[in-house]
Amino acid sequence: MKIHEYQAKELLRRFDVPTLFGKVIFSPEEAGKIAFDEFEAKGIPTIVLKAQIHAGGRGKGIMHSITNNEQIFLDEKPVRGVTIINGDKIADRAYKVAASVLGNKLITIQTGDEGSIVRRMLIEEGVSIAKEYYAGIVLDRQSGMNTVMVSTEGGMEIEKVAEETPEKIIKESINPAFGLTDYQARRLAFGLGLQGDAFKSFLNFIQKLAVAYEALDCSLLEINPLVLTTDNKMIALDAKITFDDNALYRHPEYIDLRDEAEESPLEVEASKFDLNYIKLDGNVGCMVNGAGLAMATMDMIKLSGGSPANFLDVGGGANVTRIANAFRIMMSDPNVKAVLINIFGGIVRCDKVADGIVEALKTVKVDIPVIVRLDGTNAQEGKQTLLNSGLKFNVATTLEEAAKLVSKLIAA
Amino acid sequence: MSVLVNKNTKLIVQGITGAEGAFHTAQMIEYGTNVVGGVTPGKGGTSFEGKGEIKFGRPVPVFNTVKDAVEATKANATVIFVPPPFAADAIMEAIDAEIPLIICITEGIPTNDMIKVNQALASSNSRLIGPNCPGVITPGEAKIGIMPGFIHKKGKVGVVSRSGTLTYEAVKQLSDLKIGQSTCIGIGGDPIIGTQFIDAIKLFNEDPKTEAILMIGEIGGNNEEIAAEYVKNHVTKPVIGFIAGRTAPPGRRMGHAGAIISGGKGTADEKMKALADAGIFMVDSPANIGITVAKAIEASASVAKKVRTKIQVSKIKPAKN
Repeated sequence: MKIHEYQAKELLRRFDVPTLFGKVIFSPEEAGKIAFDEFEAKGIPTIVLKAQIHAGGRGKGIMHSITNNEQIFLDEKPVRGVTIINGDKIADRAYKVAASVLGNKLITIQTGDEGSIVRRMLIEEGVSIAKEYYAGIVLDRQSGMNTVMVSTEGGMEIEKVAEETPEKIIKESINPAFGLTDYQARRLAFGLGLQGDAFKSFLNFIQKLAVAYEALDCSLLEINPLVLTTDNKMIALDAKITFDDNALYRHPEYIDLRDEAEESPLEVEASKFDLNYIKLDGNVGCMVNGAGLAMATMDMIKLSGGSPANFLDVGGGANVTRIANAFRIMMSDPNVKAVLINIFGGIVRCDKVADGIVEALKTVKVDIPVIVRLDGTNAQEGKQTLLNSGLKFNVATTLEEAAKLVSKLIAA
Repeated sequence: MSVLVNKNTKLIVQGITGAEGAFHTAQMIEYGTNVVGGVTPGKGGTSFEGKGEIKFGRPVPVFNTVKDAVEATKANATVIFVPPPFAADAIMEAIDAEIPLIICITEGIPTNDMIKVNQALASSNSRLIGPNCPGVITPGEAKIGIMPGFIHKKGKVGVVSRSGTLTYEAVKQLSDLKIGQSTCIGIGGDPIIGTQFIDAIKLFNEDPKTEAILMIGEIGGNNEEIAAEYVKNHVTKPVIGFIAGRTAPPGRRMGHAGAIISGGKGTADEKMKALADAGIFMVDSPANIGITVAKAIEASASVAKKVRTKIQVSKIKPAKN
């Protein structure tokens, strides 16, 4: 589960990780009011307005109008995801920036051409930056431990740094019994070439960050950039958190942090029924039991000349209602031109799945080809149910037969 | 002719009285697995024969702790059907009781919990399979886990996979071609698992009755690549590989917690290349897993025949000195 930058920073503050003072706003009016009350009136000369979307690359991303898809300009300059305002009348200008950003689309390197609609912004105090660094914590599968990574290449994508100049990334594994120890923090600080107050500030920062990572059950925590201010303080200028989905039960309060607007509507709908659905942009819908078999089925669709429209794992406890909901969600994607249902009955019985499909067809109108492949437990009974339903299914037993049917129907 | 489990395996079930535990215990007993006991804290001293429609056919003694169960039954394996919030603790308890083989079926254990389990495992003599896995089966001898027993066939192909139903698919394709399996190991779909591809492949390589190895990987991490390196340098038996997720988008968790391409790493293409470079027979389409294994066995047999013929020829030649 992903959250917004401002939410991540609010969480990090609870663990005394240094961040800048900031407030989230949802409307231009609110932007103007907060910018005045909390910043201008208090004599803060510089503020930064940051669009809050889950995708990265916001600083370089460009705002596009929701109505005509054209670039948005303010004072003859293109409006970006991040705007710095300083000098006079910052509240008035904050209002104007927020008015041109909120409700419009931000297109960044990570959003794709369709962009992402901005519905909230963070107003933060400005800061004088001496140097930018990178700090991140993530699981290292090889060692089976969480790993802290830092780099002098702040602001750059860490994957790019890892690719081009791997020697610039310094790592330390966090032993679950001891946490990130003092000597490890010092090694990271020396590795970054820090001295004096900056060195001390970094030790405090990175150890607090490691504590936060574990306590919050993150699967990714990135501070990029981590900045050294001109008065030698280390501060999180940006913050990105992804939670470990398996640990969400330990943090019931996280439900309030979920922003459904950032997810595909069909994915939100699927999550209500505990279905694992990921929307893709292909033309063949698929519904499968088991994640591995679902991925393999998508690959097979591609090899058969189609393109998968989604990933959909109905899981092990596939009962009639579950199958019916899964079918309905898969069919609501307008790009879907054919459907492949691939069920390998083990614990799941194929006849139950067939009942679910027939049930779903009572409420979902289907005018595209449906291929059903049933194998394993009670496959024969399931097939009989489908054939008796009076509906036109293309029934297959082996995966090979299913693949051939996909090719045939795609070509038709 | 197997690894990890056989007819001498004495199994206890942690979480035997729960819905999942009871259902699968019945299935395992029916398959012929020697289930010697179960553990449910607070129900020690009782015996359990199933509930509702689920009937074991014989009573199984229930214990309060794993330690009690091991002392009373001399169990040498445990299977865990405990819900995610308590599963890591269940594994720790099994490690503490020094059970050599721990198989954890539970899906959804928090990563931070598994990091701690992993540390405990490192200083123990126990082997963990899973979590988030279908289990281990040696056809005709013992089934420990949730896989459908009837699709399996006794034979000589070792199967190791990160997936559940995709493994069943592969096994069915093999059995349909009359290719049996020595043992099938589901290593699990999580980012931290007790037994990796390389460990399973080492076991199969050392098992004299396993003649070919099928590995089924997927996107995320680089355990397939590490195993491929091992295969290249140490394995002489034919190895067949399939990688799922060629069409998976980056940055999205494809069902399994471990199936995610992050930072451009862990793609199917990278893995397929590493496997192919290691001389592993690659399966292109999931529809062709069985047939590829058949061809690989045949190809290796004919190579072996040629090698044998060569040796014989050289033996016939008169020695020159």
